[in-house]
Amino acid sequence: MGLTKGSTGHSAVDNGISLSDRSRGGMLVAVAGNPNVGKSTLFNALTGMNQHTGNWTGKTVAVAAGSFSTEKRNYTLVDIPGTYSLMPHSAEEEVARSFLCFDRPDAAIVVCDATAPERGICLALQVAELCPRTIVCLNMMDEAMRKGVITDIPQLQKKLGLPVVGVTAHDKKTLRRLTAALDNISDNGKVRELRFTAPVETACAPVERAVKRLIGSKISPRWVALRLLENDLALWRELCRRYGEKTELFEAAEHGRDILAGNDITSDGLKDIIVSCTTRAAEEICSDTVRYRHSRGMSFDRRADKILTSRRFGYPIMLLLLLLVFWLTMSGANYPSQWLNTALFRLGDRLNELLISIGAAEWLRGILIDGAYRVLAWVVSVMLPPMAIFFPLFTLLEDSGYLPRIAYNLDKPFRKCNACGKQSLTMAMGFGCNAAGIVGCRIIDSPRERLIAMLTNSLVPCNGKFPTLIALISVFFVTAGGFTGSLLSALFLTLLILIGIGMTFLISRLLSATLLRGEPSSFTLELPPYRRPQILKVLVRSLLDRSLFVLGRAAAVAAPAGAVIWLMANISIDGVTVLSHFTGFLDPFARLLGMDGVILAAFILGLPANEIVLPIIIMTYMAQGSITELSLPEMRELFLANGWTWVTAASVMLFSLMHWPCSTALLTVRKEAGWKWAAAAAIIPTLAGMIICFLFSNIAGRFIN
Amino acid sequence: MTLDDIQTGGSAVIERLTVHGDMRRRFLDIGLLEGTRVECVGRAPSGDPAAYLIRGKVIAIRDEDCRGVIVREA
Repeated sequence: MGLTKGSTGHSAVDNGISLSDRSRGGMLVAVAGNPNVGKSTLFNALTGMNQHTGNWTGKTVAVAAGSFSTEKRNYTLVDIPGTYSLMPHSAEEEVARSFLCFDRPDAAIVVCDATAPERGICLALQVAELCPRTIVCLNMMDEAMRKGVITDIPQLQKKLGLPVVGVTAHDKKTLRRLTAALDNISDNGKVRELRFTAPVETACAPVERAVKRLIGSKISPRWVALRLLENDLALWRELCRRYGEKTELFEAAEHGRDILAGNDITSDGLKDIIVSCTTRAAEEICSDTVRYRHSRGMSFDRRADKILTSRRFGYPIMLLLLLLVFWLTMSGANYPSQWLNTALFRLGDRLNELLISIGAAEWLRGILIDGAYRVLAWVVSVMLPPMAIFFPLFTLLEDSGYLPRIAYNLDKPFRKCNACGKQSLTMAMGFGCNAAGIVGCRIIDSPRERLIAMLTNSLVPCNGKFPTLIALISVFFVTAGGFTGSLLSALFLTLLILIGIGMTFLISRLLSATLLRGEPSSFTLELPPYRRPQILKVLVRSLLDRSLFVLGRAAAVAAPAGAVIWLMANISIDGVTVLSHFTGFLDPFARLLGMDGVILAAFILGLPANEIVLPIIIMTYMAQGSITELSLPEMRELFLANGWTWVTAASVMLFSLMHWPCSTALLTVRKEAGWKWAAAAAIIPTLAGMIICFLFSNIAGRFIN
Repeated sequence: MTLDDIQTGGSAVIERLTVHGDMRRRFLDIGLLEGTRVECVGRAPSGDPAAYLIRGKVIAIRDEDCRGVIVREA
């Protein structure tokens, strides 16, 4: 999860992925683990830039795969979604289990939290049933040492019959233990087998034999037999799909279930027994191998949560944090933006002179410089600094462990709208990039609640909308300068965002009462221990990440858009430019919403990326199809000269908040949920925006007159 | 007595689960077995969900789901 180059913008739209990368003596390795154990950090540390996300073939479930090499061989790592057990609760977990079962990776790594290894070992026991070449990797050894949790690794290895290594994911040196374990992996060693109660074993044995006979031993026959006895329909369907309908196997399983029934064990009861035995085995193993040096008293986490989730301070702190993040983003971006603006436009002037001096055609110079380059320069200077601040801030919050507390605090309000508390997290991701927020909705298990989260994600402004909002705030609403000015601007922006959040609640409620009716789902949410984030590393990585992303996007979207606008503004039909035709056509309707044809046209042409909406408005008003450096007072003059009032500015801001998502976000919804829902994702915010703008501009308009 | 009856700071021992289906699976996954000791470490500002220390991990569970877990005071 998280906001990185790989997860935002175009990369959020999955491309196909091929899992047959075990050519040339390479190994396919599954990476599993509980949530919040630092699995992603480990994955990134091992694979670095050699990773990408894609779809499991044929399914709308994404997988992250990456590769790295040791001297001995190449490894392809596949990241399995974090889970507590192999019993699937969602489409992702089902696919993950299918992968382990049928695609049969050559090895598996189960990442565990070294500060509380029991749950991880429980999962490792289950994974090892399917994949005997499993390595148990205790992550966050540095935290464990700090907390006085000491694991006797050799003893643990003996008890599990599996290799065990201790690492600290952000310390590359320790990772060598893991890669060495992978290099030396073999089929020796007696993996501890899980034994269940007598009736279960009696029922299982004949089914196991039937599986061996009818399907073979490629997949652990015992594992399959137990799943059949549990009446696991998902697995049964998958087996039939791959091996054909095996009536004999079905009958053997039926017979086994009869034996269990004779002992008063239902298939639910069987699941209970299996999970209990596995958990108790893990418990027993840990009691012998894990020691706690300090007593587990009121730790830092407890004390912190006592304040951060308290009745008195919980909500105010979240609000203040929101304000702080936006204030830092806005004020921190100010000077870098101005500097970049000046530098890039100066470069633009040089390029202009160059083109003139080599005698380039006027129309070519116009398209390239006045159109494409100027918009690109504007967008980069306006987008890069805020993104370079916001994204690291978000990552720091994520790494510190605070984000789940937000979902915890907001679960009840979301439940009142028949949605899920985790939606607050996807909403937070949506501040950075809508497409990333939509992908992040995978953390919500229930398909219904997931859809609600996806459809409402664009109601909070993404980084692409910030420049528009911030510029309009600065031009029309907050004229004070200095610290007061920046604080007031941040307050204003926060207010707008609160409106967006309010609309999210409202529309979630409406959706769950109409299109997406249903009951709130069940969920549990882990509150992980607070961790010290690697501040420098996050800052550097994010800066690089964001710069590349913004530059790439500006080149891919802003520049062509600029060129198109220039063309539209300079090609005439019947003496009127194409652009004027377009804006004139939209004008009557736009006036109803408190805006004008130019603004609405800009929003429509801004479909590929929200950040080009404001440049398009300015370019069109300046009637040359080009944008120049504009100071804030000059921008104000321009808008006033075109009939703007503060009502217009407010309407523009409201519509910016509530209109169709950018094309990338729409494509992402399509990938995640299909065309129908992508259309809904476009229509619903637009309708909301149109209604709100209509009401607002008419009511506010009355106050002016 | 059910799990949601435990006050912040209090502990309980699980007796049995009365809920079935997906929620039961989730409870078993996080380790709420018969005989497991659980401590309530806090509540959300809105009062619901509450956070419980279960086998070394702090997990938030909603009150209405907790009513499916029968416990006795520890």
